[in-house]
Amino acid sequence: MKDNISLLRKIKGAVLRGLVWLSAVFICLMLAGMIFFILKRGLPHITLDFLTQKPSLLNDTVGILPNLLNTLYIILMTLVIVMPLGVGSAIYLREYAKNQKAVRLIELAAETLSGIPSIIYGLVGMLIFVQFCSLGTSLIAGALTLVIMTLPTVMRTTQESLKTVPDSYREGALGLGSGKWHMIRTVVLPSASDGIAAGCILAIGRIVGESAALLFTAGMANEMLNLKEAVSPGGAGSTLTVSMYMYAKERGDFETAFAIAAILLILTLLINSAARFAAKLLQKGTGK
Amino acid sequence: MQSKAVTAIYIIKKPLREDPFSDIFEKIVHALLGICGFIAIAFVILITVFLVLSGVPAIREIGIADFLFGTKWASTAAEPSYGILPFILTSVFGTAGAIVLGVPLGILCAVFMTKISGKRFGAIVSGAVSLMAGIPSVVYGLVGMIVIVPAVRSIFGLPDGANLFSAILVLAVMILPSVISMSETALRAVPKEYEEGSLALGATGTETIFKVSLPAAKSGILAAVVLGVGRAVGEAMAVMMVSGNVPNMPGIFRSVRFLTTAVASEMSYSSGLQRQALFSVALVLFAFIMIINIILNIAVKKENKS
Repeated sequence: MKDNISLLRKIKGAVLRGLVWLSAVFICLMLAGMIFFILKRGLPHITLDFLTQKPSLLNDTVGILPNLLNTLYIILMTLVIVMPLGVGSAIYLREYAKNQKAVRLIELAAETLSGIPSIIYGLVGMLIFVQFCSLGTSLIAGALTLVIMTLPTVMRTTQESLKTVPDSYREGALGLGSGKWHMIRTVVLPSASDGIAAGCILAIGRIVGESAALLFTAGMANEMLNLKEAVSPGGAGSTLTVSMYMYAKERGDFETAFAIAAILLILTLLINSAARFAAKLLQKGTGK
Repeated sequence: MQSKAVTAIYIIKKPLREDPFSDIFEKIVHALLGICGFIAIAFVILITVFLVLSGVPAIREIGIADFLFGTKWASTAAEPSYGILPFILTSVFGTAGAIVLGVPLGILCAVFMTKISGKRFGAIVSGAVSLMAGIPSVVYGLVGMIVIVPAVRSIFGLPDGANLFSAILVLAVMILPSVISMSETALRAVPKEYEEGSLALGATGTETIFKVSLPAAKSGILAAVVLGVGRAVGEAMAVMMVSGNVPNMPGIFRSVRFLTTAVASEMSYSSGLQRQALFSVALVLFAFIMIINIILNIAVKKENKS
């Protein structure tokens, strides 16, 4: 069969198609190049000592154990606070709130929060938690700042997964004489657990990658903190990202910076696959 | 959203319950969850109040016209001058540059993922995009510092490669994930009938994509652009590492300072009026972001309606 598409149209189509392919290939190659570059420069510097010691000016050695621990502390502290708040908020919006205007307003507020840049969070966190609440530059101030920042993420994913719980579950539980909260706790929440887990993973991803919001709230120190110091006011410390920034920008120590960047990249990969896995579970839940 | 049947069951059941404690318990839970519900609003108010309270005094002292339109920022000079026009213009130009480079690339990539690629290629690209979204901004900054800055220096024969152009390149890459995923959603939402109609009328596949699908997804793509603007305006750390961080009026190969980096770079050693002026810079940045948010909300609402 002979088509009657003019040559010009064919050329135009081919050019556009080529551009589309080119842009996709370009983005993938750029990402691959970036990953390869970071791993190539960073991995050789990651040794056991590097991971398990703190930096020492005396011995002129660099170690990132304090920063690893600080990252972990901040993740735990933030999650402990933000998960109940975010999940509770989503439950309220989905199961309790009757006033649609209020729901819309809360959702608008959450959208606003997710649009605010992290440097503003850093500044406001400094004003509110470091100065006003006089927690000092500390991990706990950083964690509280990140609570505000990650709240919309947790809220949204929980809301999405609550939507996938069929109303018949709720009706069944209520019909059997369960109280409302009992119904939510024993029927709704377990069915929505995969979505809540997804929110948790996304929040961890944001916390690991965050730097601007922590610079002025959690500080730049590289000291080792034990658990008690970490949760008390004044326990300052830098997470991996902040310390990477300090090594690269302030000290010009690019070997260490690349080593930390490689670790961050690997963490990002892990978190990403975990999030995809959770999303897949969530989709399965919606399908049934 | 309970059906009427549930409400009915609920009403019938209620008198049967004789345990007063469980009623009180339910009320407490309701109240606690209500507090959780409204906490997002409380946070927004808290942030706004703190920023306004700490940002307004310096603006008042400096004078709003001198502050917003003053072209010289010399906060540590003997006779300090606090004009933030260089920051504002840098943020505007930097964002515009990043949009010009990043948005076409992002939209084409979204077209690839939704309309052209097979399942397997599409999955690879979408995996790459979600990985890009997760990479911390300091890592982009580091790569920019080591790769882009020297490259810009040697290609254009400049004394220093840390300038607005390098920042634009880094920002263009950093806004890609948001632009791509938002445009992807918009393109996927285009009804199949539109495309089938176009194909049936004799348009080629590529013509259908560019003349039917993309225009149909217009408002969603607009939302993607606005989201990209928001990301670019708000980015601090990566830009700080590649832009040179000197408060010049913007020029493509000049070292510049953005609104975000102005706040970040002096905060640790500032005091007095200088510190308050930094809060005012943050307030201006916040105002920008709020305006962008409002536009985004309108765009998304339009998208949902259509």
